[in-house]
Amino acid sequence: MSVIEIVRFAMRGLIANRLRSLLTMLGIIIGIAAVILLTALGNGASVYIQSQIAGLGANSITVLPRQPPETAGTDGRPLTSADARALADPQGAPDVASVSPVVTLSATTAAGRATSDVTVVGSTPSYFSGANVQMGTGRFYTDADVEAGRKVVLLGRTVADDLFGAGSDPVGQNVLVDDVPFLVIGTLAPAGQGQGLSNPDENILAPLTAVQGSLTGFGNLSQIVVQARSTEAQAAAESEINSILDRRHGIDGVDARDYQVISARQLADVLDQTLSAFTLLLAAIAAISLVVGGIGITNIMLVSVTERTREIGIRKALGAPPSAILGQFLVESIILSVVGGILGVAVGYAGTLVPLGDFRPVILPAAVVAAVAVSAAIGIFFGAYPARRAARLRPIDALRRE
Amino acid sequence: MTVSAIEGVGEVEHVLDVRGLSKVYGEGETAVHALRDVDFSVRRGEYVAVIGQSGSGKSTLLNMLGCLDAPTSGRYLLEGLDVANLDERQQAVLRNRQIGFIFQAFNLIPRTTALANVELPLVYAGVGRRVRRERAEAALSLVGLEGRSDHRPNQLSGGQQQRVAVARALVTTPALLLADEPTGNLDTASTTDVLGLFDRLHEAGRTIVIITHDDEVAARAERVVVVTDGRLTEAARR
Ligand SMILES: Nc1ncnc2c1ncn2[C@@H]1O[C@H](COP(=O)(O)OP(=O)(O)OP(=O)(O)O)[C@@H](O)[C@H]1O
Ligand SMILES: [Mg+2]
Repeated sequence: MSVIEIVRFAMRGLIANRLRSLLTMLGIIIGIAAVILLTALGNGASVYIQSQIAGLGANSITVLPRQPPETAGTDGRPLTSADARALADPQGAPDVASVSPVVTLSATTAAGRATSDVTVVGSTPSYFSGANVQMGTGRFYTDADVEAGRKVVLLGRTVADDLFGAGSDPVGQNVLVDDVPFLVIGTLAPAGQGQGLSNPDENILAPLTAVQGSLTGFGNLSQIVVQARSTEAQAAAESEINSILDRRHGIDGVDARDYQVISARQLADVLDQTLSAFTLLLAAIAAISLVVGGIGITNIMLVSVTERTREIGIRKALGAPPSAILGQFLVESIILSVVGGILGVAVGYAGTLVPLGDFRPVILPAAVVAAVAVSAAIGIFFGAYPARRAARLRPIDALRRE
Repeated sequence: MTVSAIEGVGEVEHVLDVRGLSKVYGEGETAVHALRDVDFSVRRGEYVAVIGQSGSGKSTLLNMLGCLDAPTSGRYLLEGLDVANLDERQQAVLRNRQIGFIFQAFNLIPRTTALANVELPLVYAGVGRRVRRERAEAALSLVGLEGRSDHRPNQLSGGQQQRVAVARALVTTPALLLADEPTGNLDTASTTDVLGLFDRLHEAGRTIVIITHDDEVAARAERVVVVTDGRLTEAARR
């Protein structure tokens, strides 16, 4: 009695009840497809978010002023240029590579009759690498521009398009920023999607001194962008920033802080944790449907054994050993679940071809392998009980059954 | 005990030999003594008919002889082997190699061709595909059904179905053919067909035990035993 014969008997049994076999398989197909699709969704979201975060600048840390909680009893101090200078101290903050004080304001730019509402970002040249700014045309402003307070400006792509026409190169032209003339020295590469809070395509970048001198006055900073020496040094840089600012602002507890430190690393960590918890939840829900599918197999195999009790009796009378009967029914349930599993992978794969918003689901190869292995295991586990019941039937009892 | 030991049992005089066999169904007040202390043996090549009233215990006896059921007490030697010492798998091998069953209800596997039905015992015997087909076709032509190989049970008449069942019982060349009212569901013509087959098998030297209600059937046998209320007696020789 070879395995081939057992498989042939099992196939015959399944084909004799085509519709029922198909419906039973459907439970497994849906379960496996759900697992594949949902883990692919979680994975796709993770891949997408990682790529977005990479765009923020890998080593950059942003310090923002914050309203301390009411229990602190003060309104807190603003961030100042002196704070920025203190962070640039190589003694106190050895892991900091560069510090860029930033002022921002909303303004209206105009060139001829065209106008555009923008965010003006005034800073120093280190900001370009700190905030991962990509140049389109022209040049960046330099330390010399900052020292001299030159009114030069780089336009985000949307601003350039609004003021000078789509795809234009306005280098050498003048624009009015809240009625103050600035010379355009370059444009930024289109950033596409918004990164973080504001859309960089709607920003214009000018030297800090020029913005303070002609637009905001020499007051407080909107933020300080710090670059760590390396990705590994980022955590150390963050704690150096915290201790320097805590000392300068006279803060004695984390809760009382009047500033907050945000980094791409923190963001990535938090999002990653949230996402993997979410993915796990989705996979668990999908796994429940898989268990339900497995119980469906047990159920239908029990029906099948009961229905074919007489046939089992005949086979036993003709000399089928218990192992052959066990094999026949076990192989039936394994075929049901494995074919269901493979079809489920196919359906899940087809599902991932549908784009959802900005990101596409990314199938984990491990999930495919696991899905097929799990479906085979389901066949064995959920088929074992009915198959053993069939194998254990006493020939005479089986034959007597109507 | 190995499979080859079962296959290679030697030439003992009695194909089957039963001593003090009893079968009790249920227990306590509701216990039914279906067989009481039965002694029975069949020589090689004998054609034995078992008769008796309904409920007397004939089928119970045949089920014991075919290793489909275990006796409550007593000893059963099949080809000199004590069946009680065999485990389930070994009994399966024994049924496969030594016994051919023919049932009143035909008991063909539904939705399966006549040929596949006849091949089935050979599949469990581990016979290869080609040989299997040849032997099954030979058995089918022996019962006069050469042209019906591809028919399914529901495409065959009752008599034809029973002939398929006979072919299936023969195909492994078993030492013993057991038939429980094989003509019980058949009309006169089919009965004649099947009984003719049995006669030919008997002439060819097969050992046959057949249960019947029909005196005409019993008349064809060499020897007739009567079961009365669980006890077995030899009928007077005609
Ligand atoms: N599984 C069982 N459980 C309980 N009692 C049973 C069982 N099988 C048979 N019997 C009883 O055993 C007795 C013998 O039954 P058996 O089937 O051997 O009779 P039989 O001689 O074959 O009758 P028939 O000619 O009607 O087929 C009967 O009284 C029957 O009721
Ligand atoms: Mg009977």
